Amino acid sequence: MAKIIGGIGCTHVPAIGAAIDLGKTNEPYWKRVFEGFQRTKEIVAELKPDVIIEIYNDHGTAFSLQYIPTFSLGVAPEFKPADEGWGARPVPVVKGDPEFAWFIVESLILNEFDMTIINEMEVDHGLTVPLSLMFGQVKEWPCPVIPLCVNVVTFPPPTGKRCFALGRAIRKAVQEYPKDLRVLILGTGGMSHQIHGERCGLINKEFDTNFLDKISSDPASLAAIPHIEYIREAGAEGIETVMWLIMRGALDDKVDEIYRFYHVPASNTAVGNIVLENHVA
Amino acid sequence: MNKSEDYKDIPGTYLFDRTACAKGYHVNMFCMSLMKPENRQKFLADQKSYLDQYQLTEAQRQAILDRNWLRIIQEGGNIYYVSKLGATHGFSFEDMASSMSGATKENYRAMMLAGGRHIEGNRSKAEQAALAKEGKS
Repeated sequence: MAKIIGGIGCTHVPAIGAAIDLGKTNEPYWKRVFEGFQRTKEIVAELKPDVIIEIYNDHGTAFSLQYIPTFSLGVAPEFKPADEGWGARPVPVVKGDPEFAWFIVESLILNEFDMTIINEMEVDHGLTVPLSLMFGQVKEWPCPVIPLCVNVVTFPPPTGKRCFALGRAIRKAVQEYPKDLRVLILGTGGMSHQIHGERCGLINKEFDTNFLDKISSDPASLAAIPHIEYIREAGAEGIETVMWLIMRGALDDKVDEIYRFYHVPASNTAVGNIVLENHVA
Repeated sequence: MNKSEDYKDIPGTYLFDRTACAKGYHVNMFCMSLMKPENRQKFLADQKSYLDQYQLTEAQRQAILDRNWLRIIQEGGNIYYVSKLGATHGFSFEDMASSMSGATKENYRAMMLAGGRHIEGNRSKAEQAALAKEGKS
């Protein structure tokens, strides 16, 4: 049977990807960021996932305004890195797991989460930057990745409560999959940041710290945070943090916090990272 | 439930809601076309002719030609789409953010290194006004 071996919350700032791609990781500005992710990198290497389900948002890359799916899941055998206007990132093509992805999407739809099914998609920094942080510069990603996209660009995004419930439905789907797979859940995006308008550069360490504190112990209270509070307190683009609740919902009710890292800034954004594992009694 | 109107008292923020989505549809679709290198070349070679392909208002067109990032957002652009136009001209998210907030690149970076723009005083227009009044008295 497939088993969820852990959940990771992780920022996906594009400038972090650019720092890796352009060999700037040892510059003082970036060094602290990458040092902060070192432990997570080691934990992921120890966990040896067979497959990752990665929750992220497309940034007007694969989806335009023509159609805006709220929740969608990639069932393709592979996903190429997208050209977001500055050329595609020099990272490996992301290999999917069509059989497992179809199993999950069928299970989710039959459990009343009306997912959009994606047969062909290019993936942007939202998906590839966390993979670079977890695995560094590699020729091939060490395991398949199933992309789960959430609309957090056009209002309204799904609520925190709905995201949390989707995570629970993913947990059920994974547990019912007959193959022995070690599944890691990545929830990406956030933390506080605003990158449009005169209020650009907004950071709210208190909001972020509270979120990191409660995601292990009291996720239900985070799931109740309304959109307006994210926008007001964590910056307009800080709404991305709602996606971490999908990751959290996929874990057991009781989890242990294994590692946490928080740093300001990476470009315009507060960098957040947390590693959670199901509690073993 | 929060409707778009409830967000209006958040300062310096342009929610990408149904109104902005409709207003900026062609702006954003134009930006998205710049994901192809051949389109970036065509656009940079002759911006005005390239823009003729899209149903833009005069204000939108001018804002794009002026690389006025804040105005593009006010005209319905969404930052994730607009970033493709920025990248085409060699501007990063950080460059565009400093410009939109009216800071120099150096000052903006210094603000971020010092912990970012503070939440206190930036939650609502009312809070900003109250602080401004306090400052005067």
